[in-house]
Amino acid sequence: MILAFDWTQLAQQVVIGLASGGVWATLAVALVLIYRSTGVINFAQGEMAMFSTFIAWSLVDHGMSYWTAFFLTVAISFAGGVAVERAVIRPVERAPVLTVVIVTLGLFFVVNGAARWIWSPETRSLPNAFSTRPIDVGGVAFSISDLGTVAVSLAAVALLWLFFRFTKLGLASRAAAVNPDASRLVGVRVTWMLALGWGLAAAMGAVSGMLTAPALASFDQNLMQPVLLYAFAGAVLGGIDSPLGAVVGSLLLGVLLNLIGTYVDWVGTDLRLPVALAVILGVLLVRPAGLFGRPLEARV
Amino acid sequence: MSALRGISLRVEEGESVAVLGANGAGKTTTLRAISGTVKRSGRIAFAGQSIARRSPEAVARAGIAHVPEGRGTLTDLTVGENLRLGAYTRRDRASVREDEQRVLGYFPRLGERRHQRAGTLSGGEQQMLALARALMLRPRLLLLDEPSLGLAPLVVAEIFRIVGELNEREGLAVLVVEQNAVLALDASTRAYVLEVGRVAVEGESARLREDEAVRRSYLGY
Repeated sequence: MILAFDWTQLAQQVVIGLASGGVWATLAVALVLIYRSTGVINFAQGEMAMFSTFIAWSLVDHGMSYWTAFFLTVAISFAGGVAVERAVIRPVERAPVLTVVIVTLGLFFVVNGAARWIWSPETRSLPNAFSTRPIDVGGVAFSISDLGTVAVSLAAVALLWLFFRFTKLGLASRAAAVNPDASRLVGVRVTWMLALGWGLAAAMGAVSGMLTAPALASFDQNLMQPVLLYAFAGAVLGGIDSPLGAVVGSLLLGVLLNLIGTYVDWVGTDLRLPVALAVILGVLLVRPAGLFGRPLEARV
Repeated sequence: MSALRGISLRVEEGESVAVLGANGAGKTTTLRAISGTVKRSGRIAFAGQSIARRSPEAVARAGIAHVPEGRGTLTDLTVGENLRLGAYTRRDRASVREDEQRVLGYFPRLGERRHQRAGTLSGGEQQMLALARALMLRPRLLLLDEPSLGLAPLVVAEIFRIVGELNEREGLAVLVVEQNAVLALDASTRAYVLEVGRVAVEGESARLREDEAVRRSYLGY
């Protein structure tokens, strides 16, 4: 069996894993963004992404091309994220962490309910974002769709990184997340930085949702629930306060789960979620800070 | 509970004023009331405009830079990023760059450590960074909270020397809160002595320094 090992298949499975990992990474980065500024996991992040995906579906349904709808949805989601922060997070900004967690849980059900109310709960589908033809790279056939998904996810993450690293607004929002009091003293409007963070997180979530949906034959309002779990596992693996960690963690998890699914017969595709949960549990027990995060006790 | 009760103080343009007093006298609260980082009531005016209801962001934008207790170092950011953030409210890029050079002229050590994370600096360097960051706002009034806290005497002297220079050369008005009375009286023209939330004594620094009674009952030396 070792002698007959199929390297082509391995390469293909790695790319497929990277494609799912990339999609999770965009949502994982959204989780990290909110975690760093608000100190909580936004449990509604997946549902917000689902809502964005339905907006994209409506736009496509009205005759827009996939990519026009894609960029328009990202913009709408950004505005929506800002609005959500202003409306429901702002009032509990100074409340204990548990209160904020409950609010995001409430938001989960509100957004899910709203999506069911607006779009009747029947299954629908998005067109393929990329060509479905395979492409030959070094004698191995890869799907263009998988490679494109990896590229778009990483591009979204890279854009976000450039924003935080090289713009004044990005610098101010990094400062506001870590040290709000000192940031206020230099004139940074901290509460607007929080809103900006929610907007960016919602936009990243939208990317994640719109890359998830076309790969499925059909989707409904539960589209993003498993994705949220994988993204969470990826973020925990990388270190929940590290954006780079979230990306690396999600990609690793994507490849790992796909390889396990391919080569370990009894796992298959059915047991992928439990394996992701096992990863969360394992990381939290063995190395709570994840691969790139800072030790929890160092945070005040 | 209020930490201050009916205190009244004023800083003239280009003046250097000290606020003295024991722990818990309300020194820090006085500065925080001005910068809006604590709930306050009453009249607070700056350059003819009321700032009593303004947020800390708005007070900073009006031209008041507050170097808070504990220095407010943004430890995750580099020294350079800390300085850039200090100029956050300003739009004139060219003069921001000029100011950065000018400020680094006062604190050459910060220039050497520009790409280092601010959290890795020593206490003295962090105090200098806090001061430098405040200057990047191009303030008209500088609020300094216990700049000497936890620092070696030589470093403290250096910091007070630079503050004095800024005050004299650039006409920057300074309101400094200090436990070290000798130091603060030397560095200021006028001073207020606070006692549990009230102004107990006020006057010229030179006069307070010589006054036996004030010295014994309020300054403890």
